[in-house]
Amino acid sequence: MDFLLTAILQGLCFAGIALGIYISMKIFNIPDITTDGSYMLGAAITATLFTHGMKFYFILPLVICAGALAGVLTGWIHTKLKVNALLAGILVMNGLYSINLTTMGRSNLPLRDYTTIFTRLKILPDVNQNTLVFAILAVAIMITLIGYLLKTDFGIAMRATGNSETMIRSLGVNTDRMKIIGLAIANALTATSGYLMTQLQSFADINMGIGVVILGLGAVIIGETMINWFNITSVWKTLLIVIFGAILFQLVLALTLSLGINPNMLKIVTSCFVLLFVGIPRLTIKTA
Amino acid sequence: MIELAGISKTFNHGKPTEVNALNGIDLYVEIGEFLVVVGSNGSGKSTLLNIIAGSISPTQGTVALDGRDVTDLADYQRSRYISRVFQNPLSGTAPDLSILDNFRLAALRTHPKSLKIGIDEGFKYKVMEKLSLLGMGLETKINQPMGTLSGGQRQALTLLMSVMANCKILLLDEPTAALDPRSADIVMRTADKLTHDFNLTTVLITHNLKDAFTYGQRIIQMTEGRIIHDLKEDEKAKLEQADIFKWFS
Ligand SMILES: Nc1ncnc2c1ncn2[C@@H]1O[C@H](COP(=O)(O)OP(=O)(O)OP(=O)(O)O)[C@@H](O)[C@H]1O
Ligand SMILES: [Mg+2]
Repeated sequence: MDFLLTAILQGLCFAGIALGIYISMKIFNIPDITTDGSYMLGAAITATLFTHGMKFYFILPLVICAGALAGVLTGWIHTKLKVNALLAGILVMNGLYSINLTTMGRSNLPLRDYTTIFTRLKILPDVNQNTLVFAILAVAIMITLIGYLLKTDFGIAMRATGNSETMIRSLGVNTDRMKIIGLAIANALTATSGYLMTQLQSFADINMGIGVVILGLGAVIIGETMINWFNITSVWKTLLIVIFGAILFQLVLALTLSLGINPNMLKIVTSCFVLLFVGIPRLTIKTA
Repeated sequence: MIELAGISKTFNHGKPTEVNALNGIDLYVEIGEFLVVVGSNGSGKSTLLNIIAGSISPTQGTVALDGRDVTDLADYQRSRYISRVFQNPLSGTAPDLSILDNFRLAALRTHPKSLKIGIDEGFKYKVMEKLSLLGMGLETKINQPMGTLSGGQRQALTLLMSVMANCKILLLDEPTAALDPRSADIVMRTADKLTHDFNLTTVLITHNLKDAFTYGQRIIQMTEGRIIHDLKEDEKAKLEQADIFKWFS
């Protein structure tokens, strides 16, 4: 049972990545893969600041700003320098690797001796359950903020930017600026994932960001498949389902591992799982 | 209201594919005037409209709207004067957003889109009221995604959306090209009615010579980036439909 709880906790920590990818890919229609870099950025800053004795309440705002900055950079390269979004993301992600390594000073920083946000307050006696409460709380705050944002006038304009650029420009929206803001929000969320994960596992490792983009993509794709099945249009339900996708993804991976599959095979299992979900709708359409 | 002076536009300058889409256009459209633009394919009509809207900037010449030089303003900066209906019914609306969301954005055309929730019961009521004017029964479907409507319905809604916020200029680029005759008729009548009711300055591009004859006070014909016919109010009134056909023979 313990490994299932761990999977759920990890899924909750990855919720930020999932929401970030949802915003960049689904709302803005931009394939942004700055993700690996901005997730690691969040992790690197968290671990470094903890070990340098920074007051814990300063850390999250700094992580969010750093992630947003990474997004702004990708967005700026994409919209102002007219570089393909994928390439812009790769450039920033690649550059961030050096920044992250320099920030940490070495490739692995343990946090064993520090009080994390999961252990700061004790509501429940069991450490894991206590962690779960705080992880859920963190995700609930994210969903509330993003859900509210998407319902505001600004949020409607965001959604229209990825949907019909001609229309929204003729309605007075600077779409370049909008995309930059969108990528900033997406990468701030992703960095927050790094922040949570570092504290959950009590260390940051320079390689922990490799391939996390697929966790977000997977969550969004699982979510999308379900959204189509159940014909969901509500913003709140959509966000919840995306988070559910992130958790489900971790559960499936955990189950796979528990079946005794070689951990080296984990990434290929991940890819196959995402492929399966991308493929399901196509296959069912064909047979229908 | 719209003042174009010495407008030229060259695409792909210096390349083998260079095109002179517009060659020294001077055009003044008065407040409340309904101008119809005709001309064969590639004669520069859409380019002209895009230059007025600011989505293309001219190679030479200046654009002024309401007495103000806007040559250097981007399209989204000119939106406080201009509403547009595009040739493609899909361009004027966002398909995945609900009808209500689309109208909300249209209502904010001249305002910043702020971080507050703007759709309330009063706004819903206002939209339903506007929709009932069309007589398409859409007032009960405000929460449906725009993409579930037909091209004609979407085009009619785009027109209606243009007067959700204070609008001075209405630019219509073949708004009925993709529509069946009945929807086309609804769209043209709505455009005509809105122009009168809101004293809009309207520019309509059309290949339908019957519409060109029926609607508007002034008609111009373009060929190879130039205006070769320009008939004002009384001259257009005297014009026979057959005369316009002759322009194209
Ligand atoms: N973005 C562009 N790049 C290169 N050439 C262009 C571009 N837009 C228009 N042109 C060229 O400019 C000329 C005028 O095009 P425009 O679209 O204004 O014609 P039009 O009168 O609207 O034609 P239609 O009736 O077919 O819509 C054409 O030769 C066209 O090929
Ligand atoms: Mg055209």
